[in-house]
Amino acid sequence: MATADQLAIYCSQLVKQYDGRPPVEAVRGLDLEVHRGECFGLLGPNGAGKTTTIEILEGLLQPTSGRVEVLGRTWGQHDQEIRQRIGISLQETRLSEKLTVLETLTLFRSFYRSGPDPMKALESVSLEEKGHARVGKLSGGQKQRLAVACAVAGDPELLFLDEPTTGLDPGSRRQLWEIIRNVRADGRTILLTTHYMDEAERLCDRVAIVDHGRVIALGTPRELIASLGGEHIIEFAIAGSHCPDAELEQLPTVRAVRRENGHFSLSVDEPHVVLPALIRRLQDLSCQFTSLTTRHASLEDVFVKLAGRHLEENESLQS
Amino acid sequence: MNHNQSTRPAQTYWPLGQLILARLREFYREPEAVFWVYGFPILLVVGLGVAFRNRPIEQISIDVESGPRAAEIVSALSGQERFRPRIVEPEEAQRQLQTGRTDLVVRAGSTVELRYEYEYDPTRAPSLLAHAAVDDALQRAAGRKDVVEVSTKVYEKPGGRYIDFLVPGLLGMSLMGGGLWGIGFVTVDMRIRKLLKRFLATPMRKSDFLAGLMISRLMFLVPEVLVLLVFSWLVFGVVVHGNPLAVVFLILLGAVTFAGIGLLVASRAKTIEAVSGLMNLVMLPMWILSGIFFSSNRFPDAAQPFISVLPLTALNNALRAVMQEGAPLLSQWPEISILSLWGAISFWVAIRLFRWV
Repeated sequence: MATADQLAIYCSQLVKQYDGRPPVEAVRGLDLEVHRGECFGLLGPNGAGKTTTIEILEGLLQPTSGRVEVLGRTWGQHDQEIRQRIGISLQETRLSEKLTVLETLTLFRSFYRSGPDPMKALESVSLEEKGHARVGKLSGGQKQRLAVACAVAGDPELLFLDEPTTGLDPGSRRQLWEIIRNVRADGRTILLTTHYMDEAERLCDRVAIVDHGRVIALGTPRELIASLGGEHIIEFAIAGSHCPDAELEQLPTVRAVRRENGHFSLSVDEPHVVLPALIRRLQDLSCQFTSLTTRHASLEDVFVKLAGRHLEENESLQS
Repeated sequence: MNHNQSTRPAQTYWPLGQLILARLREFYREPEAVFWVYGFPILLVVGLGVAFRNRPIEQISIDVESGPRAAEIVSALSGQERFRPRIVEPEEAQRQLQTGRTDLVVRAGSTVELRYEYEYDPTRAPSLLAHAAVDDALQRAAGRKDVVEVSTKVYEKPGGRYIDFLVPGLLGMSLMGGGLWGIGFVTVDMRIRKLLKRFLATPMRKSDFLAGLMISRLMFLVPEVLVLLVFSWLVFGVVVHGNPLAVVFLILLGAVTFAGIGLLVASRAKTIEAVSGLMNLVMLPMWILSGIFFSSNRFPDAAQPFISVLPLTALNNALRAVMQEGAPLLSQWPEISILSLWGAISFWVAIRLFRWV
């Protein structure tokens, strides 16, 4: 049994199969527990089943099987109560372009029993100056901020954000992250989906990495990165004779070696120890560097290690 | 969360009112939609009204061949306004007659005695009329007296002109178009934009959403109907011979029925192409069969049972009976029943089929 009081979301063995020939299994036995007050991220490539999962949790899709509890309530029995207590931003909603920002927000506010004054909600997403502008005249980032404002129109305890920054320029993305942090500071629980690892690292307390409809890793971004074994990555490419993986694995503090299209990627604990040894070893083998970089490990590396491919890579291109 | 500071008790929100306001704003901020709904029916009334207007007075053009007594003939004909006499050379008169530009050629006999010759084409109705009328006028001018006293009365049936027939048909047509576009198209557009899904994700009551669509549709109707009726009254003198309240009832019933059909058409469609196709499938047969521009009685008897149960036929027939003939509302009960059935069944099926996502 789920401990309903501490959990904002509980779901177990969630399965969603879409009819078709052959039937498509978008979600295949997904388990999830989101605690109250945390910002939880579903990170995964396009087509991993993130949107299907979040739409089942939002009560917009029926699961094929599995158990779902939202704020300790279940869909089908307490729909109206759950709807009053959650806020949603869908992946793509085209709000009416002819309405003004304030009119749109007032419309959404009217559906809820309680919530902030629409003007105040606009201030919380820094759109107060655009209150009387038509929605059609807003930029992509402003539209997305309005979507977030509509999601908090009912002062929700739990907020679902599906790909909140997809398609936005870097400046707008940073602005939206700031807004999501502010919204969260009010004590709300947030579940967001993203295929940007930097977004998950910056915003989320905990992250579930999803691939092929299952959770393949779960933890705080720090824990997940630490699970790689080395917190630093050394990447290089060489010209000249071949360099066997075994040679590299013997270098000090190297935890893992990965080779991709002639590029090497080493997970290491201490780059200042590895680098001199690596350079010497390659000189002995009469190999020449064509590139060499070092960086901190990211969630992307976690995904690459677990799934064997990159987050934004088309699945058909690899293996 | 911050209930105490964020909720302002002074302001209350009424979701149905907000939904209606949103629809009204979206509509009036779209100039093209406003034109098609309000301007187009007026253009139709003007165009058809002018094309099919009852001819004022038939003009009769007469060519008088030039000669010493031509001027005398012209002055004899000048008593009546419908005559359009002119003096031309004989060859010119022949040419005019041949090409149908003149109805009648009159020439005076060359002798001193009073004598006229007419030349005309008896297969042309205007020529026959011209011959009779001109002969009559010239004989009178020469001194003929009527032997029997006669009196003439012009018969004019109320609402018997083509324009009187046309306006109720256009009213029915615009109720059909408005219902299908105003409900069907708008709903599918919201589904495509995922706005329906977004609304479904809120605690909004579905009945509020549907009521909002219906009520805003009925509100658009008021200016739509007024513009058409007032315009055709002012410009063509089309009046309602029956009870105006009966007309209002039929308009409301028609609007609600076609809104139901619009909702049914939109209940599943996921693309603009799909809903446009369905709307044409519904509207096209009724445009042709249901007696908008000409009476549906012109179709073969075998087709009449089918045509008469179409909702637009029922609406047009009932509107015409009340507006043109002044029939009482209750006499239209078969039409009212047909419309109500269409409306009720459409709504019932639409609500069961309706998809929000």
